[in-house]
Amino acid sequence: MALSGIQIFKFLPKTNCGECGVPTCLAFAMSLAAGKAELAKCPYVSEASKAALSEASAPPIRTVVIGSGDSAVKVGGETVLFRHEKTFVNRPGLALLLTDTMEDAEIAARVKRFGELRYPRVGLILKGELLAIESKSGDATKFKALVDKVKDVPEANFVLIANDVALLKAGAQALAGKKPLLCAATAANIDAVGALAKETACPVVVRAESLDGVAALTAKLEAMGVKDIVIDTGSRKIREAFIDQLALRRGALSGKNKAWGYPSIVFPNEMTQDPIMESLYAATFVAKYGGIIVLSDFRGETLFPILLERLNIYADPQRPMVTEPKVYEIGNVTENSPLLVTSNFALTYFIVSGEIEASRVGAYLLVVDTEGLSVLTAWAAGKFAGDLVGAALKKSGIADRTKNRKVVIPGLAAIISGDLEEELGPDWNVIIGPREASHIVPFLKQMVA
Amino acid sequence: MVDFPKVESNGTIKETTLGSGDKAFTIGGESAYPFHTFEGKMPHAPKLAMEVWDIAPSEWATELNVVFGDVYQDPVAWAKRCVELGADAVMLTLASTDPNGNNAPAAQAVETVKKVSKEIRSPLIVWGVENDAKDGETLRAVAEAIDDRPLVLGPVVEGNYKQVGAGAIGYKHFVVANSPIDINLAKQLNILLGNLGVKDQYVLMDPSVGGLGYGLEYTYSVMERARQAALTQGDDKLQFPLFCNVGKEVWKTKEAKTSEQQEPTWGVAKTRGIAMEAMTTVAFLLSGADLVVIRHPETLKTVRQYLAEMMQ
Ligand code: SF4
Repeated sequence: MALSGIQIFKFLPKTNCGECGVPTCLAFAMSLAAGKAELAKCPYVSEASKAALSEASAPPIRTVVIGSGDSAVKVGGETVLFRHEKTFVNRPGLALLLTDTMEDAEIAARVKRFGELRYPRVGLILKGELLAIESKSGDATKFKALVDKVKDVPEANFVLIANDVALLKAGAQALAGKKPLLCAATAANIDAVGALAKETACPVVVRAESLDGVAALTAKLEAMGVKDIVIDTGSRKIREAFIDQLALRRGALSGKNKAWGYPSIVFPNEMTQDPIMESLYAATFVAKYGGIIVLSDFRGETLFPILLERLNIYADPQRPMVTEPKVYEIGNVTENSPLLVTSNFALTYFIVSGEIEASRVGAYLLVVDTEGLSVLTAWAAGKFAGDLVGAALKKSGIADRTKNRKVVIPGLAAIISGDLEEELGPDWNVIIGPREASHIVPFLKQMVA
Repeated sequence: MVDFPKVESNGTIKETTLGSGDKAFTIGGESAYPFHTFEGKMPHAPKLAMEVWDIAPSEWATELNVVFGDVYQDPVAWAKRCVELGADAVMLTLASTDPNGNNAPAAQAVETVKKVSKEIRSPLIVWGVENDAKDGETLRAVAEAIDDRPLVLGPVVEGNYKQVGAGAIGYKHFVVANSPIDINLAKQLNILLGNLGVKDQYVLMDPSVGGLGYGLEYTYSVMERARQAALTQGDDKLQFPLFCNVGKEVWKTKEAKTSEQQEPTWGVAKTRGIAMEAMTTVAFLLSGADLVVIRHPETLKTVRQYLAEMMQ
């Protein structure tokens, strides 16, 4: 919870010595509250106060990092129940299951998919982040062998799943420095697993059959000095698991259940044998508060849609529904590629650019600033008039990038063609395109045929 | 159950019974967020409608052609197939009337509606082509021509609500009030319909669907905001069942249509399209949808199972 300046002030020495750079302790407290200063600037604040301050200012749900380096995955840190209140912070991590009873060829195929199933989208690469390595055999040698086999998979973070602390220890040693998530500490083994987490500085899952049980276990780990905790409520039925996620989030955010203030891990892989049902459970946890989502497999047909949903749900809700007005290159463009024009309403842009991509005809797309209005609305409001579109085209510098002098306007705005021709002069040829984006593919194919 | 903070609601979504006879069903009535039955009521499971066109679609995904291609030419047979497959309701899209396509006159579309209406006892949604003027004309004509059973008519928008609304009132049809992913415009249209004299239990709210990967989050959040206002701020102009036309938005995307030969990393096209339609439906069920229109029977099956598990 964020503290107010006055609350912080109570922990400062109140001597107004000024060494922190501002004249008074109160002024310093105000800067701290506003996030404009660091507590370390005051040399006189006591250790006890420091601890109390960091405790009191800790976010209600801890951010836990799994893995190390650039591809480490961060989960938790969430501050709201609804995405329209504030952006959800850390996208849930997606984990691909590997077990020590799978054939070598199966493991190899899965590792290959882990590397290959990546989807470029709006400047990001959508992909799963974790390998969940589970001991099904209970055999330490087999488990260790599997960990050794996959420990150097590029950009992988790891979850080690075993009931026996000896196995977790062997796995953690093999993954030294990679900060795997140890899964799981239960009432039966918490002392040993907690000690291992502390010794290796690895994050650790607590698993209990009830939320009260979870609270007891997280409290115990905290007392041992282990703070990077992830919660498994033990539910393996969608309805129970869904309610657990709501309970954890609400309890932690309200401050009533501080012991629940950690991200969760959920196991759609253990909830059904049907891949589509599994993807529906995963979809549920993407929307409602899953921290790490373990999947029985990564398959393009289900992973890609889950990644798209995750991208959507974790997008900034304040993001205006507009795209930057400029010329976009779609597909492989050449100096003869056609030029299309559309509005800067984000959904229009997504759909039009998607259709152009689907046509496999490289093209330039000029997005005109229509203040977020769709083509027809913008035209009606005078923001997609021929002279404005013409001016935007000239300003874009597209004429220097292509020899093509054909510009395709949306069929819905066919009426601007005369004005546009006038604005652009005789060099340019205005072509009226389809009225519906869904007709762009045949249109473009025919145009270049 | 373990104690955790509960949300108290001071509003209830209006209950609406669609259709008549033994195929009628009721939606709405929630006094809690979706599936949050530990703190309020969700008396009716959300329902699933399947979409039929009055002309053969030329650009539907292969997976849909496989299931329905043999009945594309016959809307009655197609609608019957949907009912056999287990759809709660049928949505008949009057695609023939599209001024950008065939531009068939309203009277011709009415004839198809009559035929389907006669043969199908499940609740029937009659859908336009998202052209305000043409839909106003067509849906008005449909409202007047079908006087022996209640239909659900949409999309009804600010540009044609008077025309369609008046027809609906006269013949006791339901309307789907469609607004462009904007909670204020949604509310305003509900108010306009109320002022016109359309009774509350005859209105469904359609926030417009952004597809998976294409603005799903905007729709999702408009729906969550609408439910929050309806349930916790007692905003009675937002206390309507929510309607989502998911099938169309999912199946038109390249992500749903492209074959695995073209995009090997996208995986098996058949499963992908179904997974996308079912996942999009789930996202909207979680944000408040009461009636969802889909296209593929496998989607129907998996979402049904999901609902059964979530409603327990
Ligand atoms: S350095 Fe510390 S004690 Fe000195 S004024 Fe700043 S806050 Fe107060």
